[in-house]
Amino acid sequence: MTKKVSYLGLFSAIAIIFGYVETLIPVFAGIPGIKLGLANLCVLFILIRYSFREAALVSVVRILVIGFLFGNLFSIVYSLAGAALSLSVMTLIKKKTDFSLLGISVAGGVSHNIGQLIIAMLLVENTSLVYYAPALLVSGVVTGLLIGWLTEQVGRRIP
Amino acid sequence: MCYDDVKTKKSSEDNVLKKKEKIFIAALLLLAGILSLLFSLTGRKESASIRICVDGEEYGIYSLSEDQVISIGDTNICEIKDGHVSMIEATCPDHLCMKQRPIDENGGTIVCLPNKVIIEGEKAADSDGSQPEIDAAT
Repeated sequence: MTKKVSYLGLFSAIAIIFGYVETLIPVFAGIPGIKLGLANLCVLFILIRYSFREAALVSVVRILVIGFLFGNLFSIVYSLAGAALSLSVMTLIKKKTDFSLLGISVAGGVSHNIGQLIIAMLLVENTSLVYYAPALLVSGVVTGLLIGWLTEQVGRRIP
Repeated sequence: MCYDDVKTKKSSEDNVLKKKEKIFIAALLLLAGILSLLFSLTGRKESASIRICVDGEEYGIYSLSEDQVISIGDTNICEIKDGHVSMIEATCPDHLCMKQRPIDENGGTIVCLPNKVIIEGEKAADSDGSQPEIDAAT
C-alpha cells in the first residue's frame, strides 16, 4: 500500500515534469498539437502495474497541474478529452486482448490524438480540422511505439 | 499483478510485435493513408480562393481549383489556370498588373491601380491538412 501510494505520487510528479519537458522539444515541427506524449509513459506504467483507477488518478492530477501551470482552461479540456479516451481504450485493450505493451501504447497514442481532434472540432466548430486526422494517426502510432518501448524498459528496471 | 502477465509474456518475445498487433498497426497506417488520399482528392478543391474587388467593392470570389477566365468589369481580364491567377488583359496604360507575380494557393495580391482592381488570394483556413504549410490553428 505504501509502495503504491509512493509510486502514484512519484509518477504523477514525473508526468508533470515530462509535460513541461515536452513543451521544450518540438517533435514533428509543423503540425500543431503533435507531441511525444512522454507523460503517457507514467500513465501507462501505472495502468499496467495497477489498474484503471490509479492510472486515471495520475492522469487527472497531471493534467490539472500542467494545465494550471503552463496552459489554460482550453488546454485542460483538450488534454482531459484525449487522456480520457486514451486511458479507456488502453484499459479495454489490456483487458480484452493479449496485446503487448507496444500494442496498448499505440492504441493509447492514437486514441489520445483522436480524442483531442474530436474536442477540437467541437470547440472550433469546424469539421475541416479532420484534415489533420492522417497526420495524427501516424504520429499516434509512432509515438505510441516509442512510449510503449520506453515504458517496458522502465518497467523492467523498477521493482 | 497484471503487469507481471505482460512482463513475462514480453520477456519471452522481447520487443517483437505480435501478429495481431502488427495487423492493428498496419490497419491504422492504412486508414491514415486512405484518409490522406481522400483528403488530397476532395480537399484540394476548396483549398483556396481569390477575391476580386473593384473600387473597394467586392466583385466576386472564385475558387482557384477551377480553370476559368474572368472579365472584371470591362477593364481587366484575369485567368485562373492550374491554381494560379494572373491578369491577362488590362486597359491600364502601364500593364503593371499583368506583370505581377501570379497568385497561388499561398495567397498573394495583384493590384491594378488605374482601374482600381484588386485581386486577393485567400488562403482557405480549411486546407492545411493536405499542405505542409504551418497554421497555428490548434
